[in-house]
Amino acid sequence: MTPVTSASTSPAPNPPAPTAERSGGTGRPALSHRLAERGIDRTLLLLLPGLVFLILLFIYPFVYGLGLSFQPMHGSGALYNYQKFFSDPYERDTIWITLKIGLPAALINVLASVPIAYRLRGRVRGKRALTTALVIPITLGTVLTAIGMIEYFSGTGWLNKILIALHITDIDHPVPLLHNYWGVMLSLLVSGFPFAFLLTLSYLSGIDPSLESAAATLGAGWWQRFRDIVFPLLAPGLAMTFCLNFVLAFSVFPSAVLLGDPERSTHVISIAAYDAAYQEYDYSKASAIAMVMAAVMLIVISIVLFARGRLYRGSSGGKG
Amino acid sequence: MSADVAAPDVVGRRRLIGRPSTWITWAVVAFFFINLAGVVGSVVVKSFSTQWFGTWWPAGFTTQYWSEAWNEFDLTDVLIVTLEVSIAVVVIAAVIGVPAAYALARRQFPLKRLVMLVFLLPVMVPPIAYGIPLATVLYKYNLANSLTGVILANLVPSVPFVVLTMTPFIEQIDPKIEAAARMCGATTRAVFLRVLLPLLVPGVLAAAVLVLVRTVGMFELTYLTAGTDSQTLVVALYNAYYGAGIRAPQSTDAMAVLYMLTMLVLLVIALRFVNPTQLVTRVADDRRD
Repeated sequence: MTPVTSASTSPAPNPPAPTAERSGGTGRPALSHRLAERGIDRTLLLLLPGLVFLILLFIYPFVYGLGLSFQPMHGSGALYNYQKFFSDPYERDTIWITLKIGLPAALINVLASVPIAYRLRGRVRGKRALTTALVIPITLGTVLTAIGMIEYFSGTGWLNKILIALHITDIDHPVPLLHNYWGVMLSLLVSGFPFAFLLTLSYLSGIDPSLESAAATLGAGWWQRFRDIVFPLLAPGLAMTFCLNFVLAFSVFPSAVLLGDPERSTHVISIAAYDAAYQEYDYSKASAIAMVMAAVMLIVISIVLFARGRLYRGSSGGKG
Repeated sequence: MSADVAAPDVVGRRRLIGRPSTWITWAVVAFFFINLAGVVGSVVVKSFSTQWFGTWWPAGFTTQYWSEAWNEFDLTDVLIVTLEVSIAVVVIAAVIGVPAAYALARRQFPLKRLVMLVFLLPVMVPPIAYGIPLATVLYKYNLANSLTGVILANLVPSVPFVVLTMTPFIEQIDPKIEAAARMCGATTRAVFLRVLLPLLVPGVLAAAVLVLVRTVGMFELTYLTAGTDSQTLVVALYNAYYGAGIRAPQSTDAMAVLYMLTMLVLLVIALRFVNPTQLVTRVADDRRD
């Protein structure tokens, strides 16, 4: 993944020769000096606790899980779990089900947030209030959103009451938004849209407004300005927004159980992995599914980021 | 907010009777919020209602289900666990993360990009994907089903989060200040306590409050590692709904409202230290090209 550059391109100057070897004069000043010139000195020890922690609790579990997935509890052969997963349509289809929920959800969120963020990129009254309000659904989280939707979308809930009052539907045919695909999709829009919007807005405000002013001075209308100036500068950011949103949507779990139809139409891959671990107690199989999940996610993200690499990558003139 | 000063208005905001596009924009936003209010409002109203079925408004109001919920779900215990987990996670993440951020901000060294990648991955990979192998490892060492396990699991995304928020913050503290303190004869201890620490406080507070919000709201990792007496509020809430049935729905809704209030209080506290956008975009923001 490319975007690790912030620190290496940081404006902070590399501090002058560190003081470490002066105060803690070891027997080999030459070596420590040479190392210090490359940036290696005692300050780096500060990294150790964090690195050790992540190696023990992030990298090791991942490697352990990968190893475990090749030691199936049942069946024989190292690849048994993977063969089983891909040959059983009920399990294999979890990938498609998840993609079918995750890709449209991420796409809708990004596409809906672009025009709204574009309209609100300058100084607009109530922008701070709006951004604050949009943080609320993110803060409340998926579990609470799902619970609220159960009440709100139910046959006797407020939404159906309003629709019945408007004669859009009738009492015997409430709009079916629970325990199916649409419930999960809507929950992803509720939690994903504010996320996409705030990201897009922050990318937009990183684009130097004088570029647009210049275009306006030269007579470009808003559509021309958007298409030729703003959008090309925004596109890499949108790709990133899409990725982050897709990752959230792809790992949907609580709302797929509470709002969806977890046995059938919203049997997403995270439910399959969870069931393997906590219903069947087959950690080997669960790890295999988690690895498949990570792999699929990685493939989608690489495709998007590869496409993004072909976009304009210069400076957006932002103030950072 | 930096965005406020970003764009001198190209569009001409003073036209109050704006274009149709302006109206559509606001209509979409309003539609979103009306439904959001419906989602949140249904839960709040229901938690206080005596009986509510098929009408616009419940028949009457009571706080009876609140006390029922409190006893039935052992909410005192759940809140204590939530508090213990979040304080432990915030403190440990800050103690581990801030020094690492300092090293990353001040030094260029070989393999730095690799180290940054290690700190970036846990924030990028969704919790459920690494949560299952992580829980497996924690079970193997008998750490799962306990407070320790929940804290360890929640630290996995929190430590990198502190590192990634603090690194740019430390980068903008001028290293000459530290150099000057040393020139004046300050020891490392004095430089840290009297120069760096006071400068770091606002950044650490912001990072800590963001970690707090994330930890209290973190469902997946806690769900995968918690036992019955080590679940936080959000996991207890999910379990109550998942296993709903014989209970009055109002009492689970009361717990939902309690969770909502907790998060909103945290949000108000958080907004005193950070921008709304920082709550979601901080990490992604820093990785901007």
